[in-house]
Amino acid sequence: MFVTTQNPHTGGSLAYALQQLINGITLGMIYGLIAVGYTMVYGIIGMINFAHGDVFMIGAFLSLIALTGLGMLGITYVPLALFLTLLFAAGIAALYGWTIERIAYRPLRGSFRLAPLISAIGMSIALQNFAQVAQGARDKNLPELIPGGFKIFEENGFVVQLSWMQIVITVVTVALLGLFTWLVTKTSLGRAMRACEQDMKMTSLLGIDVNRTIGLTFVIGAALAAVAGLLFLLYYGSINFYIGFNAGVKAFTAAVLGGVGSLPGAVIGGLAIGLIEAFWSGYASVEYKDVAAFSVLIVVLIFMPTGLLGRADVEKV
Amino acid sequence: MSKALKDAGISALIALGIFGAMVGLPTVVGPGGKLSLDPQPWTVAIIVAVVFFGRLGIVLWQANRKPRVKAKSTTHSKYTVANVAGPLLLAVAVVLPMAGDRYLIDIGILVMTYVMLGWGLNIVVGLAGLLDLGYVAFYAVGAYSYALLAQTFGLGFWTCLPLAGLLAAFWGMLLGFPVLRLRGDYLAIVTLAFGEIIRVVLLNWTQLTGGPNGISGIPRPTLFGLKFTLGDGPDTFAGFFHLTPSITYRVAFLYYVIFGLALLTNWVSNRLRRLPLGRAWEALREDEIACRALGINVTTTKLTAFAIGAGFGGFAGAFFATRQAFISPESFTFIESAIVLAVVVLGGLGSQIGVALAAIVMIGGGEVFRDFNEYRMLIFGVALVVVMVVRPRGLVSGRTPSVSLGRGGHIAADMMSEGHG
Repeated sequence: MFVTTQNPHTGGSLAYALQQLINGITLGMIYGLIAVGYTMVYGIIGMINFAHGDVFMIGAFLSLIALTGLGMLGITYVPLALFLTLLFAAGIAALYGWTIERIAYRPLRGSFRLAPLISAIGMSIALQNFAQVAQGARDKNLPELIPGGFKIFEENGFVVQLSWMQIVITVVTVALLGLFTWLVTKTSLGRAMRACEQDMKMTSLLGIDVNRTIGLTFVIGAALAAVAGLLFLLYYGSINFYIGFNAGVKAFTAAVLGGVGSLPGAVIGGLAIGLIEAFWSGYASVEYKDVAAFSVLIVVLIFMPTGLLGRADVEKV
Repeated sequence: MSKALKDAGISALIALGIFGAMVGLPTVVGPGGKLSLDPQPWTVAIIVAVVFFGRLGIVLWQANRKPRVKAKSTTHSKYTVANVAGPLLLAVAVVLPMAGDRYLIDIGILVMTYVMLGWGLNIVVGLAGLLDLGYVAFYAVGAYSYALLAQTFGLGFWTCLPLAGLLAAFWGMLLGFPVLRLRGDYLAIVTLAFGEIIRVVLLNWTQLTGGPNGISGIPRPTLFGLKFTLGDGPDTFAGFFHLTPSITYRVAFLYYVIFGLALLTNWVSNRLRRLPLGRAWEALREDEIACRALGINVTTTKLTAFAIGAGFGGFAGAFFATRQAFISPESFTFIESAIVLAVVVLGGLGSQIGVALAAIVMIGGGEVFRDFNEYRMLIFGVALVVVMVVRPRGLVSGRTPSVSLGRGGHIAADMMSEGHG
């Protein structure tokens, strides 16, 4: 789906492979950020939050609105503008996440298995068309805010480039994931989340507000998706109301590939999908990169039904 | 009252946060491609006001509502939805083309196609309990099979129809094999991926499928060799029966073709439910482990469900191709799978009449909103959420058990959780 920079130079050289590796990692970071939201929600309430990809899309639009608005207000110092945009997009998207959970999923908790999934599909369709009605169907382009980069090395006239944007994406993603890992492993909220994951009924008996914990999970997932949306907007410079579906499916694929419920798995899965896409576009064909990513998913699931880092789920009778 | 006001106020604040930026600050592309914001404060104010008073109304209504005591009916009524609505709908469906209104028949064909797809998917999702998010793939396989067979070998619709079904069933088996070991949501995502793979291949294999341009000039079906073209030669329908040539005959004929196909689907799945195979499907849906313990071959059971469901999808696809005379990958996106799944689930899983009702409400209702094209899918999405929240078991949330001891009969919705249905 995403247009990876394709060089007319034919493959084969080390430099070309290195460039694909850099592009793949950048793409994988964005997938990983979205995948974390999927994996957390799936881990706790065992449902595919189908609308998550569309929260990512909303996040990208919110970022666009904020950046345009700040530009009109005259705040052009890029780091400040980006920081304010990040706060704004993550905050409002978090509100979206919470509201979606509250109105579309919470009433269905304890209902039969398919009900929340259908509700989520409906929510996804609604959000997509909401964005189309509110913000228009045309592609929205944003001029490059963080231009430039530096050459790593040159081989036979092929320049391996690492742009500042790619560095920013990697740094932001790693920092957020670090923060998030700390949140889940060290804080009481993280403990509550992991407890809900293991046994919701027991957790509520021990005096933990299960509804609040689940709501906060959605809030965190949506905020991360909005950050991914901002990074996507900055990296590709063009968004429309439809980006959520494809990114959502890819990110969920990443989550499943890494093992649903496992946080490092989500990031590893995201990187794997990003690398597969980049290398497939670089060496085989851009058109079939989605086929490559999905085929890998199917093959992995046949041989490791729980994904790369997932726990085997033993069903007790 | 103050609690209600506070509640409504919070809702209004949330609405302000959610709609304030997305609706209130639309980005517009100015001259030279420069983006700017076009504030719409009044639209936001109206939305926030609607949310405030709407929430206030709901809270007050809930507070003043007397708790309803649900009388548990012990006698089973003879007049269930299936018994009354079924024959009625059938009668309406038979006489619908007699009205002669072309537009009405076209909507009838559309609704009937989704009824058939819904009944086909019902075998996989409703009976066997396998969540399939890529059903549109088989629809596409059927459509392209017919289009390619007809164009390459010059075969007619009635020859190709079974072939399209068989090919789709074959693809169903092919998909079935790798996913046999997967459970629930993993299965869903793999079927979704499969649907996307088929679509991407159709889009890019230009030599075979025509790529994004699709295939056009797909031949129309004939009635025992009688064509439905606008002419009065002896080999046309109008000429043979000495009627004035009219396009309505062809549309009505197409309507009866899909009607027949839908009835076939219904009949076959109703029959299958009573066979050991169908019972194995329902047992599998309720408890896979118990199934294995009882010696049911889970592999064949799942594969047959996939293959038969896919086969009916293929039939519907072949019909779609012949009706449109033009197909392109655009018609086979994920949203189609979502709509068919929504038809099945809103109808009430496993309920045949429910699927028909849901297709009428959703597809027919969608046609009513055709004029508000922009808002149509938005309303569709919201309606999906609302119906799920209000009636999670679907519109017709009760069904006749396939097997019952003595005076069984209708099973109420609240009994239909696992182990009772």
